[in-house]
Amino acid sequence: MAPPLDSLEVFKTFQQRLAKGRKADHRTIVVSAGACGLASGAQKLIEALQAEMHDEDTAAQVAMRVTGCHGFCELEPSLLVEPEGTFYPRVAVKQVGRLVKAVACGEVVTDLLWTDPDTGKPVARMEDLPFYRKQLRKIMGRNEKIDPVRVESYIENGGYAALVKVVEKGNPDWVVEEVVRSGLRGRGGAGFPTGVKWRLLAKRPGREHKFLVCNADEGDPGAYMDRSILEGNPHCILEGMLIGAYATGATQGILYIRNEYPLAIAHVRTALEQAYEQGLLGNHILGTEFCFDIQIVQGAGAFVCGEETALIRSIEGKMGEPRQRPPFPIQQGIHGEPTCINNVETWANIPLIMLEGAENYAGTGTSGSAGTKVFSLVGKIKNTGLVEVPMGITIREIVYDIGGGAVDGASVKAVQTGGPSGGCIPVSRFDLPIDYDSLAKAGSIMGSGGMIVMDNHTCIVDVAKYFMGFLKDESCGKCYTCRKGTQRMYEILEDITEGRGRKEQLELLEELALVVKDTTMCGLGQTAANPVLSTLRYFREEYLEHIGNGRCPAGVCKALITYSINENCTGCGVCASNCPTEAIAGKRKERHSIDASKCIKCGNCRSACKFNAVEVV
Amino acid sequence: METQVNAEKVLDIVRKHEDGWGGMIAVLTDIQYVFGYLPEEALRIVASATGTSLADIYGVATFYRAFSLHPRGKHHVCVCLGTACHVRGAQMVVEEFERQLNIRPGETTPDGNFSLETVNCLGACALGPIVTMGNAPSTKVCPSDVRRILKAARKPDEEADSLGASVAVALGREMEEVTTI
Repeated sequence: MAPPLDSLEVFKTFQQRLAKGRKADHRTIVVSAGACGLASGAQKLIEALQAEMHDEDTAAQVAMRVTGCHGFCELEPSLLVEPEGTFYPRVAVKQVGRLVKAVACGEVVTDLLWTDPDTGKPVARMEDLPFYRKQLRKIMGRNEKIDPVRVESYIENGGYAALVKVVEKGNPDWVVEEVVRSGLRGRGGAGFPTGVKWRLLAKRPGREHKFLVCNADEGDPGAYMDRSILEGNPHCILEGMLIGAYATGATQGILYIRNEYPLAIAHVRTALEQAYEQGLLGNHILGTEFCFDIQIVQGAGAFVCGEETALIRSIEGKMGEPRQRPPFPIQQGIHGEPTCINNVETWANIPLIMLEGAENYAGTGTSGSAGTKVFSLVGKIKNTGLVEVPMGITIREIVYDIGGGAVDGASVKAVQTGGPSGGCIPVSRFDLPIDYDSLAKAGSIMGSGGMIVMDNHTCIVDVAKYFMGFLKDESCGKCYTCRKGTQRMYEILEDITEGRGRKEQLELLEELALVVKDTTMCGLGQTAANPVLSTLRYFREEYLEHIGNGRCPAGVCKALITYSINENCTGCGVCASNCPTEAIAGKRKERHSIDASKCIKCGNCRSACKFNAVEVV
Repeated sequence: METQVNAEKVLDIVRKHEDGWGGMIAVLTDIQYVFGYLPEEALRIVASATGTSLADIYGVATFYRAFSLHPRGKHHVCVCLGTACHVRGAQMVVEEFERQLNIRPGETTPDGNFSLETVNCLGACALGPIVTMGNAPSTKVCPSDVRRILKAARKPDEEADSLGASVAVALGREMEEVTTI
């Protein structure tokens, strides 16, 4: 049986019919239900909404749409009411009844709106929230429009129109050149021009296959924008890959997804099934001569598999050890066939470029870095979430204007970009415009887009130790200098955080860092020194404070701190009951005290105290 | 505690992945899904069915974090140690679990009730530190929450949390596919 969408004309009619059927003024409650939303209770909210909208009258007036993440993770579970764009943060199940009634009458529930802490006034529309105001949500913005498990929803919102445009034009070379002209650079970290990569692939004949891979092994800790696109808009990735296949003559697509993202895998799987059913994948796509297949390959938890040669080996079912390049994957990739690997966000950009044209696309961003970039703004920041901004915006704008600055009266000290391969950028450099080149100059990298904010309670040496510990565990061990170098750097950092550090160790650390950088084969080793080098460059004082004075200014390194109880103590005894070593004593309703000889600095008392009475010095 | 390995089930899994990409990793993922870990007997069956040496299979099984050669506890505790969780104190949470359960990450309690593991990043960074017990996540966990989390897990009629439930629904079809073949 032929699939329903068996010609370009049929597709267009189908799309028009779907668009026409959409009632623009019909009120819809949109639930943000990515993995963050669900973990915050969105599922209970969905059930409550369904129960509330059960009767016919309400259902005729209000609809519900369950979508992927809207980006403002801090305020999950959140609801958005269309068409007005009213935003309700942290909605509780018990508020749902009131909300649905108000929405049905076209009213706004003022007391449930988000309140601006600066002005004290409620803000109704999503786009007026400071968090969203400076963003340019070309990719993330589609998440709230689309029900990710219904292909019709994607098509209704203009999905697969870019593919149709490309196929109708019938000129693969034009597609490649259009991507080159757009200035799109790989969003996975290194920033290689996507169009140039495609051009190389297009020129290479494969024996049996030519592969396109979507690298969804988002391994950088603290980065989750790819997960949000996979969960919220899987079809846009498939469409991007289809366009890539048309342009380069690739025959087989592979989506390599890390196994830590079960919801993303489920949504992509559904999207693939639907695309095959509809005739958007497989043989004779949309009734044309164009054929392309996509399969999912699930990762099994190895950071190094984000590196392209390791990823190829993992797809082949082997241990994910990188190999020497050249030959590059474009020359010899999966099973020796030409292979082009792009990141999730890169693929998501492709349909946009085709629809709006390379020149328009290149109009956003800077001359060397076109378009927008999604960052995960996390750590010690007020407005945690996924932010999409035009390239060239400054770090300051992201951290303070969008992110709202530090939490609980602390002050921001640095941001860490680029995951374990990146570096820390101090506040003094926050006016740096964000693009591939200026971040590299500052000693960090763009990376996949994790932006971890650190405040004065974050110890920089501890962070460097954390990354080195991560890399030492994730080093595949093939290169001796990476295997032993990361181990040794970790040990030195451990010495420093535990009060055994010596000044000459800093020089050794720097020397080791450079050796590892110069003598390892893959990206993991070559960038492994970045967290150490960048923190030594900007925060040497903090290292010296640990070594010279035996002090951890941030109050993090256990060996260098002591816990005490201040005058805020009400004598409630919660700290004492939470103490595993019975180190806390005191009479009821009187100030308690900590016996330093028994204290193991586990932090239980501090996290249990409601009066901020436990201090770290 | 060794699981009885149904050879036919293992062979079905091998056959299921014969044509697909992903090879050995896909096979091991499904075996782990069905048995909860990778029993040696199952790996021997895979080796003879696919002609791959047991050493190569062992290499893959030990290279990737997701695979375990030992049975995991009834409750599998996973503490996220992503950067965002780390700067919010996840390491102290791990240490508290170690103290309460008296095991180190990667180990299982002698009674087989709990196993502890750390994970690089679950990608829910806004909610960190995050801990999952099976599929149920606990968010913004601090050391003093650990006792409560373990207590809740010890209750027999523990209610699965929302993420767990919905992911289970989303993966339901896949589970059926694996377990009914």
